[in-house]
Amino acid sequence: MNLLNEFLRHLLFLPQQASEWARQLDYLHYFVFVTAMLGAWTTLATATVFVFRYRRKHAEQSTPIVDPKPIHEAVFIGLPLVLFLAYFAIGYPQYVRLQTPPRGAIDVYVQGKKWMWKFAYPDGPNSTDVLRVPAGRPVRLLMTSRDVIHSFYVPALRLKQDALPGRYTQVWFNADAPGRYPIFCAEYCGLGHSAMLGELVVMPAAEWDAWVEQQRRGGNPRAQDGQPTAAEDVDLRGSIVEQGRRIAAVQGCFKCHSVDGSQHIGPTWLDLYGRSVKLENGKTIVADEAYLTRSMMEPNAEIVAGYKGVMPTYQGKLTGPDAAAITEFIKSLRTDAPTAEPQKGPAYVPVTGK
Amino acid sequence: MSQSPASSPVYNEPNYLDAEKGLRSWLTTLDHKRIGVMYLVLTLVGFFLGGVFALLIRLELLTPGPTIMDAMTYNRMFTLHGVVMIFLFMIPAIPGIFGNFFIPLMIGAQDVAFPRINLLSVYLYLAGAAIALVGMINGGTDTGWTFYTPYSTTTVTTVAPVLLGAFILGMGSIVTGLNFIVTVHTMRAPGVTWMRLPLFVWAMYATSVIQVLATPVLGMTLLLVAFEKVFGFGIFDPARGGDPILFQHLFWFYSHPAVYIMILPAMGVVSEVVQTFARKNMFGYKAVAFSSLGIAFVGFFVWGHHLFTSGQSTFASGVFGVLSMFVGLFTAIKVFNWTATMYKGAIQVSAPFVYFMGFLYFLVFGGLTGIALSTVSLDVHWQDTYFVVAHFHFIMVGGTIMAFLAGLHYWWPKMFGKMYSERWALAAAVLVIIGFNATFIPQFLLGNMGMPRRYYSYPEQFWPLNVASTAGASLLAFGFTLILFYLIASLVKGRASGPNPWLSRGYEWNTPSPPSLQNFPQTPEYDRGPHEYQDGPAAAEVKHAH
Repeated sequence: MNLLNEFLRHLLFLPQQASEWARQLDYLHYFVFVTAMLGAWTTLATATVFVFRYRRKHAEQSTPIVDPKPIHEAVFIGLPLVLFLAYFAIGYPQYVRLQTPPRGAIDVYVQGKKWMWKFAYPDGPNSTDVLRVPAGRPVRLLMTSRDVIHSFYVPALRLKQDALPGRYTQVWFNADAPGRYPIFCAEYCGLGHSAMLGELVVMPAAEWDAWVEQQRRGGNPRAQDGQPTAAEDVDLRGSIVEQGRRIAAVQGCFKCHSVDGSQHIGPTWLDLYGRSVKLENGKTIVADEAYLTRSMMEPNAEIVAGYKGVMPTYQGKLTGPDAAAITEFIKSLRTDAPTAEPQKGPAYVPVTGK
Repeated sequence: MSQSPASSPVYNEPNYLDAEKGLRSWLTTLDHKRIGVMYLVLTLVGFFLGGVFALLIRLELLTPGPTIMDAMTYNRMFTLHGVVMIFLFMIPAIPGIFGNFFIPLMIGAQDVAFPRINLLSVYLYLAGAAIALVGMINGGTDTGWTFYTPYSTTTVTTVAPVLLGAFILGMGSIVTGLNFIVTVHTMRAPGVTWMRLPLFVWAMYATSVIQVLATPVLGMTLLLVAFEKVFGFGIFDPARGGDPILFQHLFWFYSHPAVYIMILPAMGVVSEVVQTFARKNMFGYKAVAFSSLGIAFVGFFVWGHHLFTSGQSTFASGVFGVLSMFVGLFTAIKVFNWTATMYKGAIQVSAPFVYFMGFLYFLVFGGLTGIALSTVSLDVHWQDTYFVVAHFHFIMVGGTIMAFLAGLHYWWPKMFGKMYSERWALAAAVLVIIGFNATFIPQFLLGNMGMPRRYYSYPEQFWPLNVASTAGASLLAFGFTLILFYLIASLVKGRASGPNPWLSRGYEWNTPSPPSLQNFPQTPEYDRGPHEYQDGPAAAEVKHAH
């Protein structure tokens, strides 16, 4: 059975199965695939045989009138009907099971927003884009969206649920294979739709308990969002620039703003500070601290020429020190910033005559 | 053939192409045949544009990251592709071209019931297409053809013009449908009983019913979205007290039946093609005719299968799932009957028949993947992935476009009196069929892997299959271009086809090719059904004097 499962899973390019529900769904998938293929090829092979068997012999050949008997049409209707209803009879109860979370499941609040996933556990930790769950325990996701419709999709769980603005939806799963699995957004939501990626981390239950406990003790109580990974924990002893980088990462700024000068959904932060920025309304403004802070709080007030006003406001989500740290981080991103490495180019500026 | 007026009809009029000359005579024509030809030209322009957008999408997806355009351009591109292909080609093409041209010829009428309204529909198409295209290109609409709220009502791009364009195109669709219904009810020649009605006419009749009943709901919905976007109504946007799922229910109440507006005419076309090229009457005529009506009816009650993961009630999902199975059932009935029609036939493997076989293969797999999708639980994995994209392209391209090409090749000599090069036609058919498989089979597998649709960039594990799909799309484009070339060549220097090159006994072949301006000098009368090949030509054929 296991070997057959692996064979068919690879044949159909299906991803890993991280829950019992995913396995059950794949079994139905195999059943539908095999029976449908048999039916299809029987029909099409018959048609193809007819094409070879009944070739036209001369141009105006006469053919007999062949009309069906009631039994023919009954078979034509009955066979597919039985097969289709069998699919439904297996598939619908599976769907009902998915829609009915068990009692005692761990609740996680999921919020989709352009273009990130936020996860909040009732007893403490929050996180952006990384959902940590214990293996072998049912988890119920309570979902909503801040802006447009998103859809929470974990292929390894064969699980998908739309996150709707102004409404809560729910879905549950019981992941039993520890590992890391991608989360996609399956409902088109604009520029960053395909970059709205997350990660499901299924941890052994004991490890997860320890992680929750650690978060509860060490978590920053005023943080809106927690830490994507242990390595990303905000180190309050770091420089303000380093803090700014971490806060920006946690807030998802890098989904739209690059730090290496490359074009993205928003303007790059490299060499942004102090530059004259051309705005959509034709004005030019110098990117100073005030401008940078304003852009976080009122992003649509001054839109940079060539970009769309798609950035959400961070008013009420970034504290003063957070915004200041991000600003300092942006200020540090300069191509001419002194580096520890020796200069590679010529040490002097060559003088060129006209 | 089986025409039984005492004297043979005398066709002393010039054919409809030569009857009048000049652009003005075309722009003001009330002749259903000329209107069909105008639709041919217009919808082919739409198909060409939609195809170019499709190629640009496939090129962008050649590599996981940015390839030839930025994310915003990509989002606009798939919106353009969807809107243009659906509203400017899929919905109007077969009804507009073949429906207009052949319904009167097939039922022995001189024209459709309302020739002026028929001409109006062409101008509605032109106006709607112009507004939608200019609006989309100027305003940069990025919503996708589904216009899901609240994305469509909050996006920074312009949406109202394309909604207005689609609204006007919908009007054209409604009047065409109304025209066909009245024509079929009131203008059948003596002897053309409902049970002798050519199956293409049955399919067009069922299609027209959907067009008349469902399209107003689309118009209403699109207007509401436009009002919300422009005047700030709070109907769909929860931030203003609306309900985004309401939009999905209203939208799919039209747009799911619209899928059958696209595929039913195709089923009608291949019913004619298989009878002619197998030289057989349809096995199970009634089953094929009534299953068209069955699809039209059940098609109104399946829209909720687009909402299995939206949070709609579990019970509703079950009902919509099981009802969706019946669409597959009616389609299966047709497939079995088309297959059985070939039994004891006399099959001529010409280009239209090759397209018919392509259609049959693709429809079977497109249909069965549809059944799999309506097996409610499986849809949870596949919803909004490339599996769905592959499924509906199997129906739309593998079904409708194969049937369109079958019909175009089958009726080309009827419409223009010229033959195309059979050798080039077979070569193009093989290219198109191989290209189609290479484009869309990888997309099924991408969907199984979990690649969501409308993705501008994608993780690397999806790369190889995307390359395969893009390679297939270029073959497909090459095949379509080839068809365009030899068909134009046939107009310029093709040999005359004669009135009935396929020796078909379909009613429409009962006139010269191309038909004369006035379809029939006197009302024809029929004493047997179309496509009865049980006796020799002498018994069936009626020679027409010129």
